[in-house]
Amino acid sequence: MIAARPAVVLDRTLLGVAIFIASESVFFLAIVLAYVAYRDAGLVTAKANLDIGRTTIFSLALFASSATMALAARGRSRRWLAATMTLGAIFLIGQGSEYARLLSEGIGPGSALFGTTFFTLTGLHGLHVLGGLVALAALLTANVRRPRAVHAVAWESVGLYWHFVDVVWVVVFSVVYLGTLL
Amino acid sequence: MTAIPLWVRRPTGERVGWLRTVDHKEIGVLYIGMGVAFFAIGGIEALLLRAQLATPEANLVDPETFNQAFTVHGVTMILLAVVPLLVGFANYLVPLMIGAPDVAFPRLNALSFWLSLVGGILVYFSFLAGGAPDTGWFSYAPLSERAFAPGTGVDYYVLGLAVNGAGTIIGAINLAVTILLMRCPGMAISRVPLFVWMTLVTSVLILGAYPALTAALVMLFVDRQLGGHFFDPVSGGQAVLWQHLFWFFGHPEVYIMVLPAMGMISEVIPVFSRKPIFGYGFIAGSSVAIAFLSFGVWAHHMFAVGLGDTENAIFSATSMLIAIPTGVKIFNWIATMIGGRLRMSTAMLFAVGFIAMFVIGGLSGVSLAVVPIDLAVTDSYYVVAHLHYVLFGGTMLGIFAGAYYWFPKMTGRLLSEGLGRWHFWTTFAGFNLTFLPQHWLGAEGMPRRVFTYATSTGWGPLNLLSTIGAGILAVAMVIFLVNLVRSLRSGEIAGDDPWDAFTLEWSTTSPPPPENFSSIPAVTGRRPLWDRKHPERRDVR
Repeated sequence: MIAARPAVVLDRTLLGVAIFIASESVFFLAIVLAYVAYRDAGLVTAKANLDIGRTTIFSLALFASSATMALAARGRSRRWLAATMTLGAIFLIGQGSEYARLLSEGIGPGSALFGTTFFTLTGLHGLHVLGGLVALAALLTANVRRPRAVHAVAWESVGLYWHFVDVVWVVVFSVVYLGTLL
Repeated sequence: MTAIPLWVRRPTGERVGWLRTVDHKEIGVLYIGMGVAFFAIGGIEALLLRAQLATPEANLVDPETFNQAFTVHGVTMILLAVVPLLVGFANYLVPLMIGAPDVAFPRLNALSFWLSLVGGILVYFSFLAGGAPDTGWFSYAPLSERAFAPGTGVDYYVLGLAVNGAGTIIGAINLAVTILLMRCPGMAISRVPLFVWMTLVTSVLILGAYPALTAALVMLFVDRQLGGHFFDPVSGGQAVLWQHLFWFFGHPEVYIMVLPAMGMISEVIPVFSRKPIFGYGFIAGSSVAIAFLSFGVWAHHMFAVGLGDTENAIFSATSMLIAIPTGVKIFNWIATMIGGRLRMSTAMLFAVGFIAMFVIGGLSGVSLAVVPIDLAVTDSYYVVAHLHYVLFGGTMLGIFAGAYYWFPKMTGRLLSEGLGRWHFWTTFAGFNLTFLPQHWLGAEGMPRRVFTYATSTGWGPLNLLSTIGAGILAVAMVIFLVNLVRSLRSGEIAGDDPWDAFTLEWSTTSPPPPENFSSIPAVTGRRPLWDRKHPERRDVR
């Protein structure tokens, strides 16, 4: 399995996606640093209002989707691809419900520094998940319509981006949610 | 087989028109056209500023207009003129120089250009929407917050720069992948022309720097549109966070603008000295050093903020350190010329002009890295003089050198050398007359971004001199424009290789065919065309 990989490692699409991810990392790093810089100002609000338990469950869905994505790419499996999309959608629904609850409690991007940084960081991540779902949907559609025309690198590239979105959440979840336990 | 829409296909031979083209050469020309257009607009804004400042206590424009003019002038020249011009040359030349048929992602390339252009149009749309941004090109918080900039100008600044930046980032990915994976056989990374090296390093800088700007813009957007508090000190935010993020982008941006121009003159000087470049490895290596260091110098824009003596000392040291790899290149270029058979064509004149002017700008830069000096002259015309010596005296002269050098390749016709000489000397005189006096004005304490000054300051004569210089510079640009238009129509036919040059782009026709090369020869050295012309005196590497 590993031996078959090097053929796509130097593919230009995959390299392009990898470089794109590198620049996206700088983007998220800046936003995360802003969150950390303002952490103390919002810590009381964060401790009182963030639902770690529920979010952990939805996070597990996202983390699991990386595994299903790997299985999908390995076997070029539409079924695993659909599973990945479902798990990603579950995560977004979870995030949406968390947003709805916070907003109903009067915590929004304009209410205080915590809201500003929380909604910006998690919102930007959510938009990237949404973008990933669009890419997954495009890959699935292409595979349904003309499976032979889909290059192996398309699976690899979409997978790489999806794993990145997942890794960003590991960081965001740690900083925003697990950070309240400190 | 389902039909693939026509716009998806690469054009093979037939033109598909400027709107749909995905050919790297045509997109390069589009970028250059965008750069020229915005350069003209930014130049007119500069003339407006100089006209207002020509005499003390003038009322040619009101303060609000003046604020908008200097803000948009900065944004335009940096992001909508210089960067597109450099990216345009890179787009056109990199595939030709490395023996590739196109860039790695032709359609993404078109997307990059159109995003960059739409970003620029968004910035200018602000004029129609109730007033341009008026908070400086760096748009410092909290001045840029809704409370102090209630109009929509800053919102268009945010949108325009974000869209333009997305285009630039995508373009950098494209160029980096092209250089890394699309070189022809034998074209090792240690053999690519130095302009390609500079483009690669610049792409890395763009990928590291622009996302920080995008992040800052997103935060400003949240503050202005969603009532956020990132840069709002009243609610616990920190205005200085904007400065950190902005200059983390802003200083690498300086090198994004100057490295490709350095690459251009590194192509021009050897050809017109009839020698290989002196110290290829040092020029390439020192650029990598500059790239690393450039991410560690941003706070030298912030000495006056009060970060603390330790922080200031560290950033002062790194800023001086970066002068070393920059200075190395100056010696490389001079050593290339020593002992060479110099042909002082217009391209070469501009390249030599670059070296002279960039040394002045570089030295005033080192003086600004000294904290006490910076504290004395920060936000004064001394800084304005410095940055224009680097960006006009450096980058723009480099771009003009590149324009005279590669225009024949792009169009098949030579630019007029006669008009070229007029262009060079009026530029040289006008530029120095405009910006040299500003050193003294700054040292005497004339603040930048202020729409007028009292007669009693005694700054009138030097300002008048500066404005006269700007007028001469405008004449120089008109001469260049006339040269462009006339040569395009009736310039001397160039042939494939009018300069007896060294690199692959001159081995194909002028202008090159859509597929660039009919056949790619195996490259065995750094000067493939020289090797082909002089097989008995091939380069050893």
